[in-house]
Amino acid sequence: MIFRLALGSLLARSLTVGMTVLAIALSVTLFLGVEKVRTGARASFADTISGTDLIVGARSGSVQLLLYSVFRIGNATNNVTWESYQDIAARSEVDWIVPISLGDSHRQFRVMGTTPAFFDHYRFRGGRSLRIGAGAGLDDLYDTVIGAEVAATLGYEVGDPIVVSHGLASFTAHEDQPFRVAGIIDRTGTPVDRTVIVSLAAIEAIHVDWQSGAQVPGRATPVDRIREMDLTPEAVTAALVGVKSRLQIFGLQRWINEYPEEPLLAILPGVALQELWQIVGVAETALIGVSAMVVVTALLGMMAMIFSSLNERRREMAIWRAMGARPTTILGLLVLEAALMAAIGALLGLALLYAGLFVAQPLVDRAFGLWLPIEAPTLREARVLASVIVAAGVASLLPALRAYRLSLADGMMVRI
Amino acid sequence: MGAAALELSDVRFRWPGRDGFGLEVPSFRLARGESVLLLGESGSGKSTLLSLICGIVTADSGRVEVGGTDLASLRAGARDRLRAEEIGVIFQQFNLLPYASVADNILLPLRFAPGRRARAAAGDVPMLCAALGLPEGIGKVRAGRLSVGQQQRVAVARALIGQPPLIVADEPTSALDAATQDTFLGLLFDRIAASGASLLMVSHDERLGARFDRVVRLGDIARRERAVA
Repeated sequence: MIFRLALGSLLARSLTVGMTVLAIALSVTLFLGVEKVRTGARASFADTISGTDLIVGARSGSVQLLLYSVFRIGNATNNVTWESYQDIAARSEVDWIVPISLGDSHRQFRVMGTTPAFFDHYRFRGGRSLRIGAGAGLDDLYDTVIGAEVAATLGYEVGDPIVVSHGLASFTAHEDQPFRVAGIIDRTGTPVDRTVIVSLAAIEAIHVDWQSGAQVPGRATPVDRIREMDLTPEAVTAALVGVKSRLQIFGLQRWINEYPEEPLLAILPGVALQELWQIVGVAETALIGVSAMVVVTALLGMMAMIFSSLNERRREMAIWRAMGARPTTILGLLVLEAALMAAIGALLGLALLYAGLFVAQPLVDRAFGLWLPIEAPTLREARVLASVIVAAGVASLLPALRAYRLSLADGMMVRI
Repeated sequence: MGAAALELSDVRFRWPGRDGFGLEVPSFRLARGESVLLLGESGSGKSTLLSLICGIVTADSGRVEVGGTDLASLRAGARDRLRAEEIGVIFQQFNLLPYASVADNILLPLRFAPGRRARAAAGDVPMLCAALGLPEGIGKVRAGRLSVGQQQRVAVARALIGQPPLIVADEPTSALDAATQDTFLGLLFDRIAASGASLLMVSHDERLGARFDRVVRLGDIARRERAVA
């Protein structure tokens, strides 16, 4: 009966209670949403590459190497010479090796030179392979396979021409050697979606007449002659390596890191990701802290609402007291009402979160390549909701104690 | 002389921090089954007296006995329990929780009084409502939707449920017009006679006196005390 009466009391003040519940709901949605995006981002990053044991690049920082080689964020400070690449490829521990050559772009998208082996060995989301949904792979020197995001953003279809620009923010383009869209990769939710993939030989081909980042004036080697040239690269940006046995990973890593011919760095993608999380952990904590403060603010608003309603509810409390209710019953009633408001707010917040996820999931995936999974609430989320309800009960203790004192002083003789 | 439903002897009480207003009641007795109209003007100390009788406050000295139990001998919780068990209270107005149903309002005191709960039967709510002239099916209606007259009748049903031995009414007719007052009092007295409870009604309206066994002026049984400035 007390529960029913508490609910009835809340319904009787539906406007103010509704606003308070909405504030709690929105704060819970924000808090859980930040958490979803955070875990989704981590999962998305972790899912970007799988099955690759080592990433090799010029010596720099492990996070930097991971970012430019896998996520196309930032740039390499140096390259790996082709001789070094071949030395690594010749190691007995190496099962497969895929070179990556970065540096050019098409519109806002990165161009990556690689070999057909990339399509055989690159894995994402726990072992999924790339699938060319439209067209075919890199058969001709000037063929390109583009990611789903590139195709969607630029409206490209198989057979469309593509001109690669030199560098990342350059006004000079390799117009003399246009490419053709040979295939479009199905959406992966990884940076591959935003990548224009060409062959390693093609990267060499478009730079035949270039020196020091600029085209040599007056030199324009015909395409037919270029096709006949030896287009073996002098250097690559990085390489993805798979080893025959996992037991050999650390031995090979040490050998590469101590390679005497040039300074190289071999990293384990998972370990580098952990380092990345440590770096962004502070920002994550700050973000969680801010959203937690929003929840606290909503609960303070609820506390202020209960405080402001106390005076107009003195008559009601007098009735309770006249019927034999103890002051502690009055206190408990107010705490119960607060917990009910928080519970309704928390559940509404959860519902808003899932509604938001249903709407935002494809948009976020398309815009940021971030896949936010829609799954049943986790134990952690259930704990967050329970904490909000408990915190609401605690926050309501202050006005409830005031009501307790008022009911002691007023008794049942309030004349309003 | 039979056991008293209510007895005050040598009671002295002063509100802390309320301009030192105090009340002194040398002697007052309400017998079981007796009805008494206590007449007093505004500010004469009626509310203070009712607070003392209901155990909301305790006397500084003297005895306030309800059903033979000295309220001062009980802890606060036990006084609250005694009030729930022994006293049915009817206010002047705003008697009910407006957001609760009529049935929940009537049953509310039973939540705090196991003895009354045991005495109450399942059909008491509709029976009391019908006896007080309330329409059938009113139990499910929200109390806030009722007229003032209907609310006062529901308050009577609430005071009577579980048959408490003492009914305390604080000017229950003041918000009603003359015709409704008469009907209301008729119903109130009928039900109280049926339950055998004692009735102490506080009012400033002397015309109500004819219905009561006794009419007592507050000034005759109590003295107001003002602190010396």
